[in-house]
Amino acid sequence: MNKVVANGDAAIEGIIDGMTLMLGGFGLCGIPENCISSLVKKGTTNLTCISNNAGVDDFGLGLLLQERQIKKMISSYVGENDEFERQMLSGELEVDLIPQGSLAERCRAGGAGIPAFFTPAGYGTEVAEGKEVREFNGKPHILESALTADFAIVKAWKGDRFGNLIFKGTARNFNPVMAMAGKITIAEVEELVEPGELNPNQIHTPGIFVQRIFQGVDYEKRIEQRTTLSKN
Amino acid sequence: MLDKVGIAKRIAQELQDGWYVNLGIGIPTLVANYIPQGINVEFQSENGLLGMGPFPYDGEEDADLINAGKQTVTLLPGASLFDSATSFAMIRGQHVQLTVLGAMEVAENGDIANWKIPGRMVKGMGGAMDLVASAENIIVAMMHTNKKGESKILSKCTLPLTGVGCVKKVVTNLAVLEIINGTFHLIERAPGVSVEEIQNATEGTLVVEGEIPEMQLD
Repeated sequence: MNKVVANGDAAIEGIIDGMTLMLGGFGLCGIPENCISSLVKKGTTNLTCISNNAGVDDFGLGLLLQERQIKKMISSYVGENDEFERQMLSGELEVDLIPQGSLAERCRAGGAGIPAFFTPAGYGTEVAEGKEVREFNGKPHILESALTADFAIVKAWKGDRFGNLIFKGTARNFNPVMAMAGKITIAEVEELVEPGELNPNQIHTPGIFVQRIFQGVDYEKRIEQRTTLSKN
Repeated sequence: MLDKVGIAKRIAQELQDGWYVNLGIGIPTLVANYIPQGINVEFQSENGLLGMGPFPYDGEEDADLINAGKQTVTLLPGASLFDSATSFAMIRGQHVQLTVLGAMEVAENGDIANWKIPGRMVKGMGGAMDLVASAENIIVAMMHTNKKGESKILSKCTLPLTGVGCVKKVVTNLAVLEIINGTFHLIERAPGVSVEEIQNATEGTLVVEGEIPEMQLD
């Protein structure tokens, strides 16, 4: 079994205009930098992107927004991107904002074969409009449907040729649930190793969820809010 | 009157030993700096971290270790890391004992609005809707009035809601309020602030019963 592809350009083969993509990451932490660059280079347009955030103006998904490659964003928080806000308020960009926990669970459900679930999040708000409401244990819940994507693109710390993945720190975030929900899942990793080198006890995403994997290059890993304490 | 730090200090007095606590962005984040002596709490950050420590020292920041405000942080001994679905299982499953978050408006029925100003500002709700819908214990940290001096403590929210009937306690620069049976109750006054000043700054129904003590802050 060999799921290895050469690089980001090879990994995104088959992604065409109008497709739905999931992209892992929280803010700029744990985003698939290489595949985003390849998508910008390829110029694929009319994309629907499911991602917790939309990057910043000049990094992450912001790079695809700048080139007007995204038709619709499905996210929970987009406050760090001025171009995003401009395109949204002017109506150029369709936006579906959904509660972060519902977003995560909708991806997880999509990958787990659960078509929909009830959650209390968003009851009584705009989010609940048009959705079925049902009471459980005396508390109202709304019906949320599962999300899947033509391609899910995730970023991991280490991976092997079979697609087994280990994430680092809070760069894990949405990556494991999105990996489950892609018809084709691409994993870019900082270190690609041979099967057997990763400890099976420590695998976060089993390789069954991953169809393509490659070792990425030139990770910038930009920090959005560098907050530190002085040693003095 | 309290500044942001004062609000955070007052909220920190609510912490109880052994609690898991989620702090929102802004004033709530400051609460972590004023944990009372002898109280041990664990901070949950919804991007997938339990046991969040202080900011790292200069030069030791790690791009792969941030909080929900995208700030670089550290891990304390005993910390754990997890994915977003697991994180919200903790929140939705009521495993987190206290949620502290900011608000643009709070109403006397416990409604809260903090994610959108139609036509002007749309940042998204992030995890706030999941947090307020599920947490049993929510404290709102906010300024009592906006920059124009208009009350943000209302009879009814005017902005799109984040959650309905969920807020039970509000700590502002002027007062500690509790929401009981659909009205605000004045519990404490900020240092040097009179009951009348609080009443004038509160648009919603405010019940004042007996002598209202002043907050005790270090």
